[in-house]
Amino acid sequence: MKRRRKAPFPHIAVDLRLMDIFLQQIINGLVQGSIYALVALGYTMVYGIMGLINFAHGEVVMIGTLVTITVAGTMIKAGMPVVLAGFAGISVAVLVCIALGWGLERIAYRPLRNAPRLTPLITAIGMSIVLQNMAMIIWGRNYMTFPPLFPKIQYEFAGANFTAVQVIIVLVSALTMGGLLLLVYRTKLGMAMRATAQNPAVASLMGVNINRVIAAAFVIGSALGAVAGVMVGSYYEIAHYQMGFMLGLKAFTAAVLGGIGNLGGAMAGGILLGLIEALGAGYIGDLTGGFLGSHYQDIFAFIVLIGVLMFKPSGLFGEKTGDRA
Amino acid sequence: MKQWLNPRSTLGITLIVVALVALPFVAAMGGQAWVRILNFAILYVFLALGLNIVVGFAGLLDLGYIAFYAVGAYVYALLASPHFGLHWPFWVILPIGAMVACFFGVLLGSPTLKLRGDYLAIVTLGFGEIIRIFLNNLNAPINVTNGAQGITMIDPVAIGGLKFSGTTQIFGFSLSGPQKYYYLLVALAILVIIINLRLQNSRIGRAWQAIREDEIAAKAVGINTRNIKLLAFAMGASFGGIAGGIFSAMQGFVSPESFSLTESIMILAMVVLGGMGHIPGVILGAVLLSILPEALRYGVGPIQMALFGKMLVDPESVRMLIFGLALVLVMRFKPAGLWPSPERKRELQGDA
Repeated sequence: MKRRRKAPFPHIAVDLRLMDIFLQQIINGLVQGSIYALVALGYTMVYGIMGLINFAHGEVVMIGTLVTITVAGTMIKAGMPVVLAGFAGISVAVLVCIALGWGLERIAYRPLRNAPRLTPLITAIGMSIVLQNMAMIIWGRNYMTFPPLFPKIQYEFAGANFTAVQVIIVLVSALTMGGLLLLVYRTKLGMAMRATAQNPAVASLMGVNINRVIAAAFVIGSALGAVAGVMVGSYYEIAHYQMGFMLGLKAFTAAVLGGIGNLGGAMAGGILLGLIEALGAGYIGDLTGGFLGSHYQDIFAFIVLIGVLMFKPSGLFGEKTGDRA
Repeated sequence: MKQWLNPRSTLGITLIVVALVALPFVAAMGGQAWVRILNFAILYVFLALGLNIVVGFAGLLDLGYIAFYAVGAYVYALLASPHFGLHWPFWVILPIGAMVACFFGVLLGSPTLKLRGDYLAIVTLGFGEIIRIFLNNLNAPINVTNGAQGITMIDPVAIGGLKFSGTTQIFGFSLSGPQKYYYLLVALAILVIIINLRLQNSRIGRAWQAIREDEIAAKAVGINTRNIKLLAFAMGASFGGIAGGIFSAMQGFVSPESFSLTESIMILAMVVLGGMGHIPGVILGAVLLSILPEALRYGVGPIQMALFGKMLVDPESVRMLIFGLALVLVMRFKPAGLWPSPERKRELQGDA
């Protein structure tokens, strides 16, 4: 780490305090990146199988967060133990999101399977608007505080601080992603999913039930989204009906960065994006001599994305796509 | 062109012209706000037709189209406001705005055009966001865009001695500011529609359609796909730039808030919902989607009052909810758009 750090920023004098900041940014980036990765998986699974940008996925994540707030918050207020409330909150959120993902596919996207390419995209945009405004009607316009489900403990490592929540986020993301990889590469359903992604027509001739596979992709993606929603909520301790939009956008960027349709790519892209953003926001002032401030944070994601795609048109780990435009 | 000259079409055209001339006076009966809504509808027709060149004709999915609109709007705002103390006439700025937007179109297009489908979509989306973030933050260290506050007191359009803000008396008619802009916009929109119609059947237009249908085949028959695609981007961008300039003058105020990703998505929705690549369809989509939310704004509150006697839910969210549902439903039952081109309709039926 020490040696690698010096290379990109040679003019920054090696200083122990700066080292701390660097480590701190790495930690923040890793945590943020894990969340991006979890959300990105939802995009990439659906895209890989049916070539659709599911714009509504960010809203699914948002609803996961808000459901957790309602369920866990009410239970904690009623005096139930935090562990129980947290467990119930997360379970309900996952169930609601699964139902939502399944319903989206069944009602909105399935009838459009043979429609022109941009038609389901507009449907996805429409569903995103619908879900956002439904959330606003149900939960209101105000910011909501996320109940403290995880203990507030602070650790210190080499001068950088991190909290128990951050550790949990990284661990949960890693476990979930590991589980997903097992599912996709070691089970029959996973095999069916990979076959469908390669060629739906042939897969269905081989006896794969395409409808079930696509529904499964939506359900799994939404469940991951719910988990991500809980993570976002406990990290920022605040939630809002519009939070899904930017999160979804970043996560989708991460998925494309890694090569959309590729699970490993989405994970790597997510983590990478988190790191780039954290480091970019931390150092942009020094790099440009104070010309650009940290409010340019959001720009990094997109600049890196454009840069990567210029040299690798199908993302970092994406296979070379054919002529399916 | 010949079929336009038979008596029935002549009657139709006359009726349309009369309707277009009378419309702002009819709308003004409901208040000047409706004239303004009408003006925005025409502005969106403008934008949707520009995007239609990129998405509908050339088949390049552009999710950052609003960036060019923003560029045009800011060029106008900077050159005709007290911000820099410049007050150039509008017919000088509009071409400059179009050219600057065109430059940005090429700037975005040249490195990204080898990307396919959705990769291009996300890059254009990122580009739109980058422009917006810069507009939001370029107030320090040198104050160029005045940041999130935006630029105010932008000069209205003035042709000769005729100022477009405020009411004037012409031939005994009293014309309000929005009504004057309406006629300017209609004139420009008709020009744009004619350009679009002529483009569609030109060599370039057919080259775009060839690229849309099959890029490799297009290359094989000798189309310079890179330049032709770049041309689509540049032309679409110029239309956006002009629309932005008019927006700036009409509003007298611009801020980065008007150029969010949601706006890009909205314009794309107009193009697709109306019928991608089909000019009358795109116009229909733009008019419907720009008027529907406004009509709902005036409709949802009173209807709730009438039905339940009180406000049950926030009208603002209900109106967007209905809007979203409308998008979903139209796409569900009219996958090719409300008014698709005849060829496209045939293709779809052939598939099924």
